[in-house]
Parts: sequence; structure tokens; C-alpha cells
Amino acid sequence: MAAHNLKHALFCAIVTLIISYPILGFNLASEGTTVTLEGAKTSTIVGVLLAAVVVFLFQLFRDNLMGSLRQLPAVNPLANRKPMEQSKRLKLESTLLTLMIIGALVWPFIASRGAVDLSTLVLIYIMLALGLNVVVGLAGLLDLGYVAFYAVGAYTFALLSQYYGVSFWFALPIGALLAALFGLVLGFPVLRLRGDYLAIVTLGFGEIIRILLNNMTNLTGGPNGIGGIPDPTLFGMEFGRRVKEEGNTSFHETFGIAYSGEHKVIFLYLIALVLAVITAIAIRRLMRMPVGRAWEALREDEIAAKSLGLNRTAVKLSAFTIGAFFAGFAGTVFASKQGFISPESFVFLESAIILAIVVLGGMGSQMGVILAAIAVTILPELAREFSEYRMLIFGAAMVLMMVWRPQGLLPMRRIHIELKKQE
Amino acid sequence: MLVLEDVHTHYGKIEALHGVSVEVKKGEIVSLIGANGAGKTTLLMTVCGNPQATSGRVILQGRDITRDLTSNIMRSGIAIVPEGRRVFSGLTVEENLHMGGFFNTKSEIRKSQDHVYELFPRLKEREHQRAGTMSGGEQQMLAIGRALMSKPNMIILDEPSLGLAPLVIKQIFEIIGKLREEGITVFLVEQNAHQALNLADRGYVLETGRIRLHDTGKNLLANPDVQNAYLGG
Ligand SMILES: Nc1ncnc2c1ncn2[C@@H]1O[C@H](COP(=O)(O)OP(=O)(O)OP(=O)(O)O)[C@@H](O)[C@H]1O
Ligand SMILES: [Mg+2]
Repeated sequence: MAAHNLKHALFCAIVTLIISYPILGFNLASEGTTVTLEGAKTSTIVGVLLAAVVVFLFQLFRDNLMGSLRQLPAVNPLANRKPMEQSKRLKLESTLLTLMIIGALVWPFIASRGAVDLSTLVLIYIMLALGLNVVVGLAGLLDLGYVAFYAVGAYTFALLSQYYGVSFWFALPIGALLAALFGLVLGFPVLRLRGDYLAIVTLGFGEIIRILLNNMTNLTGGPNGIGGIPDPTLFGMEFGRRVKEEGNTSFHETFGIAYSGEHKVIFLYLIALVLAVITAIAIRRLMRMPVGRAWEALREDEIAAKSLGLNRTAVKLSAFTIGAFFAGFAGTVFASKQGFISPESFVFLESAIILAIVVLGGMGSQMGVILAAIAVTILPELAREFSEYRMLIFGAAMVLMMVWRPQGLLPMRRIHIELKKQE
Repeated sequence: MLVLEDVHTHYGKIEALHGVSVEVKKGEIVSLIGANGAGKTTLLMTVCGNPQATSGRVILQGRDITRDLTSNIMRSGIAIVPEGRRVFSGLTVEENLHMGGFFNTKSEIRKSQDHVYELFPRLKEREHQRAGTMSGGEQQMLAIGRALMSKPNMIILDEPSLGLAPLVIKQIFEIIGKLREEGITVFLVEQNAHQALNLADRGYVLETGRIRLHDTGKNLLANPDVQNAYLGG
């Protein structure tokens, strides 16, 4: 046992050295027109060696360390509680939800403009994560290219407004439906694949969409993106200082108040809030409907589900399509919030972050996913000062999380569906 | 009710069934016995269209279903209790049953559910337990109950006694007998040849992808070849 640990620890330390020394141990220095390679400062090299020692010690005593880490339930008093009665739990959950929604409604009027803007982004991520939760958490399809549908929604709105002057409210359903259509068409060949293969193909698909957007310069402006995407209007009232489109009025003039840039930010936040709530409710509904149960059954045991007459392709496709639909929703809001989009916004990292939210939140659980979306979006903002190390901190947090609570923040508690008893 | 005519089934290039013909008449219990790897599961799954027969015909209630989709076949009055039970372990007993009646109306589901609880009172006691936490015997009952939820005319069972204690096996065979009384046709695959042939009207013996013997249950039980190979001499 000990010998095995020692060997393993040595191996890990050497791997650390092999990986970090070439990266950190050399510097490229330019002298005039030539570039030369020189060794790094001694302090860096000492740092690398220290890191190797730390890795060595950690791996050597890993079992003890991890053991005590796992015995940390005190940090989370909820971890060991007994499962609540279903009726009680549902009641508690709806009270909590109501409180959260009330809080979210009051929030923009007390928070700063920057905070409200960030909150809008959080809401967009909540929509995305709830949608991906259907695909990954409920239907068990590992989709690594989810961001593609987000891009479809955003670009639909951007292009429609640029070429046809379509407003936000018209573009919203079109964007969502078009994203769903993409999900349907692309899901059809892809969903025959299983597990790892599905992950790889969806990953490739996400990249293809981004590269297409990048290269179809005539249509999408390529890497320059599309700007001047209009803000949403409220019954024909615009939020700008001056009215841009004929026939519209402006919000501050109609109500006879002074113009403020904040109105627009708050309005966008409220739209995102309403859409996020709609998303959550719609998906909750779906989960209780037969199609929701079919997703779960197929995830649990494909052969059994098929033997009951479920059509595998149709069930999976429905999950894929519905997930894509909500990504399209979120994309439209995102385009409107930013006013400018480019393929930069839809890189693989986005897919990874949304997936991380779903996994961190506890696959399948809506509450958990919402909490995780808030945490994952806000924490990096708080850690702005360590901006260089943000991804490092993010990664470390993920690893710790997976050790400590592999089932996620709030793992899914299934809702039992009971038939109404006969009188 | 169910007819297989010269059915060949392949897994890739390997042929697992070399021209099998079987008939199950309405209201009968027909048992299929055979050694491990003989192709029993393959035969049942071919009926379900997963995998599909490469040649020959499968006819269910007068309709050729050889090329039908599994999902369509399984909605036309036939149900299977798959090998190894395959209950949805994360769902409760009740939810598992509801999955079985997926294409039925709520009132039909309620009726079938009451009926299943009558056959298996044990399931009623465990109504809200997660299926994965139940004993093997209880899971087998659940798998049978789930198959009955769609109100099939015909039920196919793949080794329902596998890994169960003698007492539970006896119970399961009693239930199978009851199903016949209710007018459900039963096609049963078993390693447990003695009980399976005892209960059956007719039986087939499958050996490496071919039907070797075919007779009434009683005659097969008395057949010395069968006794040597499947009844422990
Ligand atoms: N998915 C598969 N791919 C390739 N070959 C398979 C597959 N399933 C079964 N086979 C092969 O087909 C033959 C018949 O297998 P089958 O599972 O039908 O046997 P069985 O009679 O049900 O056996 P058991 O009593 O052990 O369940 C075996 O040789 C098996 O290896
Ligand atoms: Mg078998």
C-alpha cells in the first residue's frame, strides 16, 4: 500500500516537472529583431520545484487528506438531513421560489447599474443551463456543442434586425424556433451515436457553427461581428435618448420623467427575468408530462424503454430540440443586451461553462442549476483582481466540488407523479 | 398468434439463428428451452425487431412485422419481460408501472395498476420504493407487472426465474399460470426446464441457433434426450 503510494506520488511529481518546466522554465526575449531563448529566473525554477514537491507530498498522503475532506459535511448542514416528505418539500420549494422571484423583482431598483447588468447575464446563463439540463441532466445526452444553438438565436436576431429591421419581440420566437429547428435537423443523424461519440460529434458541431459564422463574411460580417442590434421596446416605447424608429415614442417622454440610461438596463433585466421564469416553469411542466418521464426512462435503461414501445430517436430528439429552443431564447436576449455580437462570444469555453453549471448544480435539479448559474457567473467577477488566475481558481473549485459533493449542489430529487385516487 | 418462419438473425457477420420456425397459438403457454448461448434471447429480441431478422418472416396476429420498428411492434398488443429484469432503478415501483402503460389513458393505467397489485401484493407494499433498492425477486415481479400494464394479448418472458430462490420461482410460475387463465398468451424462455415444460402446453428445444425438438410439454419432459441435456439426467 505504502510502496504503491510512493511510486504513484513520484510519478505525479515527475509529470508535474515535465509539464511545467518547459512552459515556465524558459523565456522568449527579443533583442532587436532576433528572438532568443533564455532560462527563467531562479525564483521561477524554485517555484516549479516546490510545486513538484507539493504534488509529491499531496499524492503521498492523498488518502488521509481526501478522507478528512470527505468528512466535512458540517460545512453543509443540509447534506445529511433525512429526505423530506414530498408534499412538504414541494411546499418549501415553492415558497422559496416565490421569495426568490420577489427578491429578483426588487433587486434592480436597489442595486447599482453594473450589478443589474451582471444579473441580466446571470439570468441568461440560467436559461441556458436550464435548457442544457434537459439534454444532459434529464435525457442523459452529453452535448458539448450547446453554444451553437445559443449562437443561432443570437445571430437570428442580429441578422433579422440588420437586414429586415425586425424588432426584438418578433425575433424572440423566431430565434428560439430556428434554434430548435437546428437542433432537430442536426440531432437526427447525431443521436444514433452514444456516449463519447455523441460528445465528440456535438463538440465538432459547435465549432462548425462558430467557424461558419466567422467565415461567411458577406452575411455575418465574420470576425467583425454585427453591431447596432436594437434594444427591446415596451409597447412601442424606446429606451434611447432619441427615438430611432419612426412611429415609436420614447419611454422617458411618455412618462414625463428625465432620461436615464438605467431604465434600459432595468428593462432588459426584467425581460430576462420573465423569460428565465417562463423557461423554468415550462421545463418543470415538461418534466412531469409523459415526455419528461420518457427522457428519464431512456436514460435509465434504453433496452427496457424500447421494449415498452418508446421510440428512442423521437424521445432523444425531443429533448435535444427543446434544449436548443431555450438556448435560442437566451441567445436573442444576449444579442439585445450586448447590442453587438461576434463569433468570439460562442467559443467552446461557453459550452463548457454551461455544462459545468449543470454538473455543479446537480444534474436534473432545477434549483441546483439556478444556484450554480449564479455562483459560476458571479464568482469570476468577484475574483476580478486575480484575473490571471481566474480559470485556475475555477478549475480548482470544480475539482474540490467533485470530491466533496460529486452529486452536485442540490442533486435532483425526483417528483413522484401520483394519479389522483378514485373517489 | 405469433409465427416465425425460417428466421435467420445476424449480429454483424455472425449468424445467431439459422432458420428457426416457431408457432405460438392463442391462449397457449409455449416454452423455449436451450443451453447458454443457444440463441433464446436472440429469438425473442428478433420478435421485438431488435435486431431484425435478416431473412424469414415474423408474423404477429396475422400481420408481417419482420421489418417493423421495435417501437411499433411493442405497441401492438405484445409485451416483453426482458432478460435481467431491467427495471428503471431510479424510478419508484409505481412510476415503473406507469412507464409500462405509457401509451394508455390515465383511467386505463389506474385499472391495470390495481390489477398488477392484486397479482403482486408485494409491489403494493413497496409502491413508493425506488426499484433499484428492491430484492431480485421483487424486481422480477415489477418487470412482469410493468409488462402487464400495457394490457398485452401476449407476453414474452426471458428467463424470469434467473437467480431467484425456489420459493420465489414457484410464485412466479404460479403467476404465469394465472396469466393464461386471463387469456394472455405466454411465450416463455427458461433454463429451468423442468418447471417450464411442466407448465407449458408445448415446448421447443433450441440448440445453437436451430430448433432441435418440438413437442407437447409432457412429451418433452419424458424425452430421454431432453432429460439428459436439460433435466440433469
Ligand atoms: N449483441 C450481440 N452481438 C454479437 N453477438 C451476440 C450478441 N448477443 C448475442 N450474441 C451471440 O449470439 C449467440 C446467442 O446469444 P443469446 O443471448 O441469444 O443466447 P441465449 O440462449 O439467450 O443464452 P443465455 O441462456 O445465456 O441467456 C451467442 O453466441 C452470443 O454470443
Ligand atoms: Mg438469454
